[in-house]
Amino acid sequence: MDIPLTIRETQEGLLNGELSAVRLVKEYLDRIDKYNRILNVYLTITRDKALEDAERVDRVISDLGKDALSAYPLIGVAVNYKDLYLTKNIRTTAASRVLENYIPPYSATVVERLERAGVICLGKTNHDAWAHGSSGENSDFGPTVNPWNKSYVPGGSSSGPAASLAANLALVSTGTDTGSSVRLPASFCNLFGLKPTYGAVSRYGVIAMASSLDTIGNFGRCTEDIEKVFDVIKGEDGKDSTAINGKWSEPKERLKIGIPKEYFIKGIDRGVENMVLEAAKTFEKEGVELVNISLPHTEYAIDVYYIVMPAEVSSNLGRYDGIRYGNDRLSFGDEAKRRIMLGTYVLSSGYYDAYYLKAMKVRSKLIEDFNEAFKKVDAIIAPVSPTPPFKLGEKTSDPLQMYLADIFTVSANLAGIPGLAIPSGFNKDGLPLGFQLMGPRFSERTLFKLGKVFETATNYKPKTAEL
Amino acid sequence: MTKLNSDIVAHVAKLAKLTLTGKEIEKFGGQLSKVVAHISKLNEVDTSDTDPTSQTGGLADVSAKDEIHGDMLPQADALSGSKKTINGYFTVAAIFQAKDV
Repeated sequence: MDIPLTIRETQEGLLNGELSAVRLVKEYLDRIDKYNRILNVYLTITRDKALEDAERVDRVISDLGKDALSAYPLIGVAVNYKDLYLTKNIRTTAASRVLENYIPPYSATVVERLERAGVICLGKTNHDAWAHGSSGENSDFGPTVNPWNKSYVPGGSSSGPAASLAANLALVSTGTDTGSSVRLPASFCNLFGLKPTYGAVSRYGVIAMASSLDTIGNFGRCTEDIEKVFDVIKGEDGKDSTAINGKWSEPKERLKIGIPKEYFIKGIDRGVENMVLEAAKTFEKEGVELVNISLPHTEYAIDVYYIVMPAEVSSNLGRYDGIRYGNDRLSFGDEAKRRIMLGTYVLSSGYYDAYYLKAMKVRSKLIEDFNEAFKKVDAIIAPVSPTPPFKLGEKTSDPLQMYLADIFTVSANLAGIPGLAIPSGFNKDGLPLGFQLMGPRFSERTLFKLGKVFETATNYKPKTAEL
Repeated sequence: MTKLNSDIVAHVAKLAKLTLTGKEIEKFGGQLSKVVAHISKLNEVDTSDTDPTSQTGGLADVSAKDEIHGDMLPQADALSGSKKTINGYFTVAAIFQAKDV
């Protein structure tokens, strides 16, 4: 049977009786059994739960018919959770040996909201341990490979969630984006990926990396699917004191997109650059005005990030002492140790002012840059990665090279603004490319509108990899 | 800025409660020195008139009402992550020896 590739098609099929959730889930589970060993997408497959969830979905649809949709907006949607998301009684590892046998006693808010909306849970997916990485190669359980070309990385840190959609092993998936970790794998896997406004989605129950930068993001094969999941998970929950019910700005009729000159520098892959500029022209043909803008402190964003983020990581990972849960600190992998030490160093006596305090001040300047730009434009178009997907092993010998994969994505996290990664096709080597649109805080509706404009203008069709 | 020599790496590891081998100290020292050299680029930016930002949510003093809700983590669940428990407590390595008391 052909598994439908969007929420709309899936729910139409379920509601008009062409599909049964149980049969759909068995298809997914068969595919996972067939392909998971080579792709290494799932760390835990929740087979029994998936079938139970599916049986419940079929019962609800049989009872409520079309009314099922208003009660359960995501009914029948097969989802997986990045293994940072606590799932009650289901192993949650953070892709680290420290938590390799950890069974959480509660679930994340996002998990509870998705379950209440009628999803079917297929399992927990692989990623860079503790979300530390841009390729998926820092997982303590082996890297996930890119379904579009298995010699290449799927991007990270949400490698498993992205690869699962590219390989048709789920309908939608969830991730986190602290510096790039949804947008980068989305672009490397031919997917849409949302990094929401900081505070738009509760982080309660999602293992913390850097608390002023972490956001709860999601992946889909079209803008509509991103929006449907976002609408279910967003909003205050009384458990995350940084979550805010956003005053969602409705998109204007005529929109302006800024092209920031500092994002088109020497060293960026020519194919990537041309693709982003072509995408901008596509928007222009649809009546969007293009405006040249400047974000003068862009070149310093990566340095601010690699001070602020490790500092916050060193604090958040202090809790893993093997006392209340997990194995002790000897079980940390190399990248976790590097980031904990870098963070400890920049916060330590004698170095705090020169590094951490300085970084917090330059962070203010980055935010000012965006505030100025958003007086002139409604969204900013930019590359996600400076290069197309790279090969497994290509950047693993030099941590700094891997860090520089994030140069275009970290600014959004530092400023707390949303970013939507949009797939734009494949390069001459058959590798996926994508770009991002960033907007002011709580401008997700504008980004979704532009995403749909792009889909229509390019006659976009969801696609999954031949395996 | 300072290169991360073995003494600094060992000191930082101790602060972070990480146990490193001599080889690891050398390896991480080299890798982190490169990163520290890169991040030192921030010195180029004039921030003499700039306030630091620590969070972008714009919120301050968010507090919850001091109420007891129905959904609280039962003690057994809270202890469930560790095998090293006794009588409803987590156990830790002794800090004081009997002779210190």
